[in-house]
Amino acid sequence: MMVNSLGRELPERIGDYVVRPYRGAYDTPAREGSVITRRTAGHRVPGESKRKESLKEAIIASGLKDGMTISFHHSFREGDQIVGQVLAAVRDLGVKDLRFAPSAVVNIKKPSIVDFVRDGIIARIEASGIRGELGDAVLAGEMENPVILRTHGARPRAIEAGELQIDVAFIGASAADDYGNCTGQIGPNACGSLGYSFVDAQHAGCVIVVTDNLVDYPCCPVSISQQYVDYVVKVDSIGDPAKISAGAARLTKNPRDLMIAQRTVDIISASRYFKEGFSFQTGAGAIPIAITKYLAQCMKARGVKASFALGGIPAAIIDMYDEGLVRVVACSQSFDSVAARAISDRPGVIEIDNADYANAYSKGGYLNREDFGILGALEVDVDFNVNILTGSSGEMMGGLGGGPDVAGGAAVSIVTIPIIRGRTPSIVPRVFTLCTPGETVAVVVTEAGIALNPKHKNYAELKEDLEHTNLKLVDIHELQQLAQSMTGVPKPVETTDEVTCIVEYRDGTVLDVIRRVKR
Amino acid sequence: MSETKLMRTSLYAGGTSPAKMIQAGFYNEDCIVYDLEDSVFGEEKDSARFLVYNAVKYQRPKGKYVLIRVNGIYSQHLEEDLNAAVRARPDAIRIPKVEYASEVKRIDEAITAIEKAASLPVGGIQLWCNIESYLGVLNAREIAQASPRVAAMALGAEDFTASMGAQRTKAGWEIFYARNAILMACREAGISAQDAVFSDLNDEEGLRQDLEMTRALGFDGKTCVHPRQIDTVNGCFTPSEKEIRNAARVIAALEQAAREHTGVCVLDGSMVDKPMELRARATLAKAEAAGIKMWRKI
Repeated sequence: MMVNSLGRELPERIGDYVVRPYRGAYDTPAREGSVITRRTAGHRVPGESKRKESLKEAIIASGLKDGMTISFHHSFREGDQIVGQVLAAVRDLGVKDLRFAPSAVVNIKKPSIVDFVRDGIIARIEASGIRGELGDAVLAGEMENPVILRTHGARPRAIEAGELQIDVAFIGASAADDYGNCTGQIGPNACGSLGYSFVDAQHAGCVIVVTDNLVDYPCCPVSISQQYVDYVVKVDSIGDPAKISAGAARLTKNPRDLMIAQRTVDIISASRYFKEGFSFQTGAGAIPIAITKYLAQCMKARGVKASFALGGIPAAIIDMYDEGLVRVVACSQSFDSVAARAISDRPGVIEIDNADYANAYSKGGYLNREDFGILGALEVDVDFNVNILTGSSGEMMGGLGGGPDVAGGAAVSIVTIPIIRGRTPSIVPRVFTLCTPGETVAVVVTEAGIALNPKHKNYAELKEDLEHTNLKLVDIHELQQLAQSMTGVPKPVETTDEVTCIVEYRDGTVLDVIRRVKR
Repeated sequence: MSETKLMRTSLYAGGTSPAKMIQAGFYNEDCIVYDLEDSVFGEEKDSARFLVYNAVKYQRPKGKYVLIRVNGIYSQHLEEDLNAAVRARPDAIRIPKVEYASEVKRIDEAITAIEKAASLPVGGIQLWCNIESYLGVLNAREIAQASPRVAAMALGAEDFTASMGAQRTKAGWEIFYARNAILMACREAGISAQDAVFSDLNDEEGLRQDLEMTRALGFDGKTCVHPRQIDTVNGCFTPSEKEIRNAARVIAALEQAAREHTGVCVLDGSMVDKPMELRARATLAKAEAAGIKMWRKI
């Protein structure tokens, strides 16, 4: 056993995984040498076709064998119908023991991913999160090998470091031509940005584009270029449009959430970073959408415009672009149909590579230039560490997403969270699963007050800016005590020593592990 | 009531919902009213009483004026409500549908008896009287002075208009007389005057217009039916930057006149009289009570 710099006990090895303990948010240097890739040079002669009549034909052509690694993007979210079809085809072909490495595991049903785990098709999982039935199964110890959880920025780093080598990438596209040019921006199942797939296309040994909307050559607009694509398969359906849209939320009427959102915007507008040309990222969900709306109002009132908005983009951000409040909207993901379409019909709304968004180990990306990043959380502890994965009973509730990347990159990272949810405290002495190191969290905003992190790099200037306002600043211990006074002390979640998930930081070191929960 | 204690907003929190009761403490209302009356069904009165007692006694929100609204004066629940409410020690008990001063006196006596039985300081709990009928309006002066405990009166417009056979409108002329009658009774007694709720949650502009009359008439606060209304109502009763600046200038001019022993204080060509001074001081006191820091820098 060893202990990382955040005080988390970690085994030195977990199966064949060698644990590198977390040391600090900016302490790990880049590895030396070239990036590692499985991409091969191709040679297609004029007239040669990339079309395959079925997924099975394409899988056979890819040379997929037992023990290999396959990948997907999660931009179709809960509406994804590709993962299930591909895994069913793999099962029919008798291929087993695969490493399943999507950008995130979507909670698909009929078939469920768990079925493929139980059938031995999937032996390992590496993703951003594993919610729902699969999460329950993993935490119950159904997988022999622990799941490796990586942030959106950590995944491209791991791929280029050779820690995650993709043999076959399946890229779902809402429009593609027969030579592999494809996009998510048009078609009946448009999902918008294909930002998560760029790195897969560039580094996988074989790239198979899957679409239900074959368009005339050349596909335009194009997101993934033909030069990376080995095969193209047309299937009947790649998704359910009703479930693809995840962020088309109306402004919440929940007064608590609105209050937290308003306070967050008050912090932003009081900060010295709120000036002409500032940048921000709010995301999707009730509080983020409210923040976006309030921020737009505040920018209009103060006559301030932003240079860029970043990350997962909902319609509310596109509204800001249309009002001239944001010059560039850089989309690594599009949360709804408005945002999905906006890339092709608005010049300042651009599709970006997820690595360009969040990979800390590139030659520089958007996050290093971001002023304000808004983060959600399930728990925050008195050291400002954030849990975005596990719930009060130790169950898997969410994915890492890009939150830890945003906290590490943005000048002011703001966690918005109610101090209690139902009967459970959200501000706790120690988070159950540590996903974002406290040193990268600048502010925690709750309905009971605002806590500034004295250990954050920009604490002094934030404190100076906010002390001149009427905002209620409190010590985070006070918030924790208040939450506890209302809920009592929850019974600790009991675990065994068996590690079910490894939580990697954006630099590849280990922040924490999730142990099997005793039931 | 402290001179600068704000009572701009009072928010009801239903006694049957622990989550809402806890949450209500975090909004920006000045006064929180834990309710045992209208928001609680008959079969839930016992459990609501228990929850409210514990919420006030053990989870009392900091920095708020805390009230418990008990059931009606002739209700079978009142005795038990008062027993629990007094022992929980809120700042005030809010009594619905008060029509006569004698009702207030009776409740005052009952509270005093409970305070003595529980070895609590006698007179520590104030009373807010809801005036919700024409009889209440007609007797407002006597009600306001019925007991030293009475700290505020509030108009209940829906029940009042029903008692009048009038129609409730957004313009509010049907409650114009009642508003003024209650206000004058409050001013006579030196207690806080609380305006009626504005019921349409989704009509923020309507709320703003309603508040114009509320403030122009001179009310000290207004009851909110939903947390979404709080910031708007607080804003109405909080001095604006311009008002604060003007008030500060009036006080500065008076102080300068006193230093220079000039008999008459003149500001911008007008004489500063006593009413102007009182208004200026009240404005600055309200700003300070609202936590506004900027006026100190003026």
